[in-house]
Amino acid sequence: MTHETNNHYAIETRGVNLYYGNFRAVKDVDLQIVPQKITAIIGPSGCGKSTVLRSFNRMNDFVPSFRMEGEILFHGQNIYAEDVDPVMVRQRIGMVFQKPNPFPKSIYENVAWGARINGYKGNLDELVEQTLRDAALWDEVKDNLKKSGLSLSGGQQQRLCIARALAVKPEIILMDEPCSALDPIATLKIEELMRELSRQYTIIIVTHNMQQAARASDYTAFFTMDDDRAGLMVEYGETHQIFTNPRDQRTEDYITGRFG
Amino acid sequence: MNNIFTSPRSILAARHARGKFWRGVFFSSTLIGLIALAALILTILNRAAGLVVITDAVDRNSLAGRPLTELTRPELVTILQDHLTRTRLRTLERNNGPLDSLDEETLINLVMEQVVKPTIRKSYTLAETLFQRAAIEQEIAAMRAETPNLQVEFRSWLNPGFLTRSMSATPELAGVRTAVLGSLWIIAITILVAFPIGVGAAIYLEEYASENRVNRIIQTNIDNLAGVPSIVYGILGLAIFVRTLSHLTSGAVFGIQGSNGRTILSAGLTMALLILPILIINAQEAIRAVPASLRQASYGLGATRWQTIWHHVLPNALPGILTGTILAISRALGETAPLILVGASSLINKDPTGVFSFFTALPIQIYNWTARPQPEFRNIAAAAILVLLVVLLSLNSVAIVLRNRLSKRGT
Ligand SMILES: Nc1ncnc2c1ncn2[C@@H]1O[C@H](COP(=O)(O)OP(=O)(O)OP(=O)(O)O)[C@@H](O)[C@H]1O
Ligand SMILES: [Mg+2]
Repeated sequence: MTHETNNHYAIETRGVNLYYGNFRAVKDVDLQIVPQKITAIIGPSGCGKSTVLRSFNRMNDFVPSFRMEGEILFHGQNIYAEDVDPVMVRQRIGMVFQKPNPFPKSIYENVAWGARINGYKGNLDELVEQTLRDAALWDEVKDNLKKSGLSLSGGQQQRLCIARALAVKPEIILMDEPCSALDPIATLKIEELMRELSRQYTIIIVTHNMQQAARASDYTAFFTMDDDRAGLMVEYGETHQIFTNPRDQRTEDYITGRFG
Repeated sequence: MNNIFTSPRSILAARHARGKFWRGVFFSSTLIGLIALAALILTILNRAAGLVVITDAVDRNSLAGRPLTELTRPELVTILQDHLTRTRLRTLERNNGPLDSLDEETLINLVMEQVVKPTIRKSYTLAETLFQRAAIEQEIAAMRAETPNLQVEFRSWLNPGFLTRSMSATPELAGVRTAVLGSLWIIAITILVAFPIGVGAAIYLEEYASENRVNRIIQTNIDNLAGVPSIVYGILGLAIFVRTLSHLTSGAVFGIQGSNGRTILSAGLTMALLILPILIINAQEAIRAVPASLRQASYGLGATRWQTIWHHVLPNALPGILTGTILAISRALGETAPLILVGASSLINKDPTGVFSFFTALPIQIYNWTARPQPEFRNIAAAAILVLLVVLLSLNSVAIVLRNRLSKRGT
């Protein structure tokens, strides 16, 4: 079951093909995510970035037509193996969505709920405070934790969603265009926060914002669409190298704005 | 000044005319609805109050030369003893206790019922009372010439006595207590049975059932069942609950003797069947309206399906589910046909004491009274309709308050 040699990757995919029904959305992805780093996934719209990201914590399971081939290894263990409980996978690999989606509950409850259902035994108040501090939201909300999460601004809501994900104590946080609904200042705040969080967490972020990928990530994976509309990974490497010295013509065209 | 937003006058005029036309059409639809509603309420109110002309079998003022309310208790007892036979008195004492021990109100009631025996010669509607006073006075004067001891009084047929008395063959003495209690018992059972089953089925269909042929057939059937005439449910209830399960619905398995399946339990279960499709469809709609982003957020935190349903889907769907429940309760409370089939009897005057009691219900009583020949029954039918409306509105307002409280939470 376990492949000791691969344990130094947070996530490793092997020959991954992702399908919606008969349509192959993503083909032949081999990708190694380095722990405690920020990995950006970029590429034109529809090339399967979200599909890949959601397959990392089995969120695609809710799409009835979804099917996958290959292996996605977490600590060397295939998360799509027969005996794997997807609920456990999602506890270890958290997710932040494109549109901020706090629960219609109090700020406190938003953070505490995930910990509580996962059987957190410690002091919830302390956990909520610590997590909100980690998400750089504490100072803004500490006086009204009872207020509804929906009463916050978009940027605050997104940080609340990050805090909510942190409270479950995952190892990896997946972010699907987390800043696309935010203004530049809120975006910068989230980027700073990601940098801070990457000391403890592995972060994988999908983004359409080239500057954001260049600024905020350590590694970048560039995806594009093949002629059969299936997405594929063109190039993967250190962000600096991808943006200054891309090896593939398609990558260069994309980051210089000659595509998409 | 010519501005880029100015359209030619003719176009503008045509557009305004069209706008006015449609506005008028929609406004008249609303108006027609309002007029129909007002007409309905006015007809009911018109019958529920008005002048009545009463004759006494024995003139109430001639009994002791003074109004009954001024008499002492011993005097009232004497009147009863003077006017009633020995056997009749004995029956009264058996039912009510010794005459000397009764309070004044009961005694006056007994005198009225047993001795004075008022009968209504004529009753007028509220509209007649208000707008044709002169004609009524004339008619009454003519009646006075024949029968001297006429009482004329303004009566609201919906009065405390009407609410607290039970069924009687005389309209003046009939009341709706038994029927109201019957309706409340039935509704209680209906809700207790239908709500959990309906919500449960909706959860299954929305959250668990996969897209396959069997589930599609189930769904289509539920949608169609909502439109099945209520009498069909009555037949079903009669066959299943009253007949087949009679040892259960009569309470025989719990040791209750001498009963049959025509009980409140059968009626409640039949009504539950009747509203189940409505409840399921509404609950499904409410569950479907819970945004997918909430579910994703929950699953993304490592929540199980059940945790997601229990903590997020249901609380957010509950206001919508309650709205559906309000509709369903209104339907169940007003249904008559299925109750007749499962054995409601308008002759019952004993209050229901539990789910195994025989029963009558408000719509049954109304139906029965409107079918009687004496015009006074139509008056009390109108009063009973008002009672039904009030019961309905109070049940609904409970649900509405509950719903508003729930939907305020969290936002
Ligand atoms: N639930 C689904 N069912 C069927 N097809 C889907 C589903 N979700 C995505 N697809 C298809 O899979 C392909 C990849 O979609 P995906 O959402 O992963 O793209 P993306 O790279 O995230 O695009 P964007 O940048 O616009 O978010 C698209 O062709 C899309 O139509
Ligand atoms: Mg996407």
